[in-house]
Amino acid sequence: MCGIAGLIHRDKSTNIGGEMLNMLQSLKHRGPDSTGYALWGDNNSNDYILRFKVGENVKEGSSAKNEDISVYDERKELVNSEIQNAGATIIEEKRVTPYSFRYIISCDDDLLELSKKIESVEMTEILSLGKSLELVKDIGDATVVANQYGITNFNGTHAIGHTRMATESGVDIRSAHPFWGYPFSDVAVVHNGQLTNYWNTRRTLEKKGMRFMSDCDSELIAVYLANKIRDGYDLDDGMRQSLDDLDGVFTYLVATKDKLGMAKDYMAAKPMVLYESDKLVALASEEVAIRSLLPHEIDTYDPFEGEVKVWQA
Amino acid sequence: MAGVKDHKSHAMGLHEEVLAGRTQQVFFDPEEEENFFYFNSYEVDFNKRTTVDAKDLDCVQVNKKINNLIKKGYGTIVLKNPGAKHSFGVGILNKLNLIVEGSLGYFGVGSIDGPIVRISGRVGWSCAENMMAGKVVIEKNAGSCFGAAIRGGDLICKGSVGARTGIDMKGGTIVVGGDAGIFTGFMMQRGRIIILGDVGPNLGDSMYDGTIFVGGNIKSCGADAVEGEVTELDRAWLKRKLKVSEIDKKVDLSKMKKIVSGKKLWNYDNLEPTERKDAL
Repeated sequence: MCGIAGLIHRDKSTNIGGEMLNMLQSLKHRGPDSTGYALWGDNNSNDYILRFKVGENVKEGSSAKNEDISVYDERKELVNSEIQNAGATIIEEKRVTPYSFRYIISCDDDLLELSKKIESVEMTEILSLGKSLELVKDIGDATVVANQYGITNFNGTHAIGHTRMATESGVDIRSAHPFWGYPFSDVAVVHNGQLTNYWNTRRTLEKKGMRFMSDCDSELIAVYLANKIRDGYDLDDGMRQSLDDLDGVFTYLVATKDKLGMAKDYMAAKPMVLYESDKLVALASEEVAIRSLLPHEIDTYDPFEGEVKVWQA
Repeated sequence: MAGVKDHKSHAMGLHEEVLAGRTQQVFFDPEEEENFFYFNSYEVDFNKRTTVDAKDLDCVQVNKKINNLIKKGYGTIVLKNPGAKHSFGVGILNKLNLIVEGSLGYFGVGSIDGPIVRISGRVGWSCAENMMAGKVVIEKNAGSCFGAAIRGGDLICKGSVGARTGIDMKGGTIVVGGDAGIFTGFMMQRGRIIILGDVGPNLGDSMYDGTIFVGGNIKSCGADAVEGEVTELDRAWLKRKLKVSEIDKKVDLSKMKKIVSGKKLWNYDNLEPTERKDAL
């Protein structure tokens, strides 16, 4: 059992960091191990925002191995030189936690080579790379992670989030959601469920050159959709195809620079409650999460089996 | 239904077996009615009315409050600001008018035996699970597993419901004014389901017994679910039941379809391998 949530404002930019925090905190009981946010902000510049980590958060409950903190500085320096080797320029750099960083970089739009170079540094993983997407995830509940990464007042148009109960992989940041749609700008996925054809599909995608950073089955959806985008599918069609190609029980949310989508498997085994108005779409594993935004009585419904929906910001 | 009776298992009399076990209805002698003592039930006055504001309360606090009010003889309780929180109104084993002004989350009014519940909003997954008697009317939509394993009573949703409505139900009636999702009536054993709108795939999959009436389109029937003949008796019952259900919708009873168990899976263990294939 995990909790997922998403929201998209159709006519304004607002504090989606605070809104997603409230939604995920009310889903805490569905997944106490880790929490993740993917937020699409107001960045109008042509520069990219890079979120990456060079180590794991090792604390009670974590399955990550303990490392000396000094290695984080060494890895960060190596990442900096790899960024320069790729022809990109670092405009701004900020250390968010001892092992996690936020950079603003200038580079061309082919992100694959740059991503490969950055992730060639040991234990380094790009959490997100995009013009408006900022993805943070860590061990702890929604409040802990939001405060740790300073996103409680993050302005933007749409967001997805996840509270995780680890079942098939470790309690660590690399297995936490959301997953970035490597190597495509501004794509991220959260998922509730289990995929039963994970290894077969993963092997197929790896043969096509797609990269996996964890053994978490949910990462497969992000990689699968990224591959579909690479093959020229639009988001809607790629999601519809996923219902046939992915086996198991799942409800997932995916968002791009200006869209938010949801898909529910043919068995409808995982919950999703949806509220839709002209100005706001909010959806979550439980209605209590939507009520954290809209406490008054609202009309909501459960999408049916095999349903795919996409909304524009 | 064609061909069902030609089966070897029918010739062997296997389908004449009577189900035995705890799901069987027990017939009480009305003359012994006075001897029945219903544990934990209290006399209440329906004119004695009070309000519970659930805004800052969790489900344990709300359910305890309801229980205490019943003990004090309150027969009508209005629950305000439920905020779609989970497990409200669970385990009410008493006569009561419970009016919920708003929406409930998961497992709302589960395991109830006797109350009449009116919910002005929506309900989440597994509403009225294991309900034994009473009546629940929901004005808006409901989530999946609506009326899972109910034993009796009337469970009515005026909007649409999710997947697996009436899964494992053992009695009672479920009425849905809108559409229903996949696996409606999955493994149901007794009781009746009425869906006035469309129904998703695998309707009545592996049902042992009971009846499902559908007013709209059926995407597909599940294993061992077959279409039966709608009789005059059925139509009369539907007319009566829909009136009781308070659904303000014009229904053409002549277009209602009736789905029942083919009863091939019923004695699955006793079938020959070729018959098993056929049953599936």
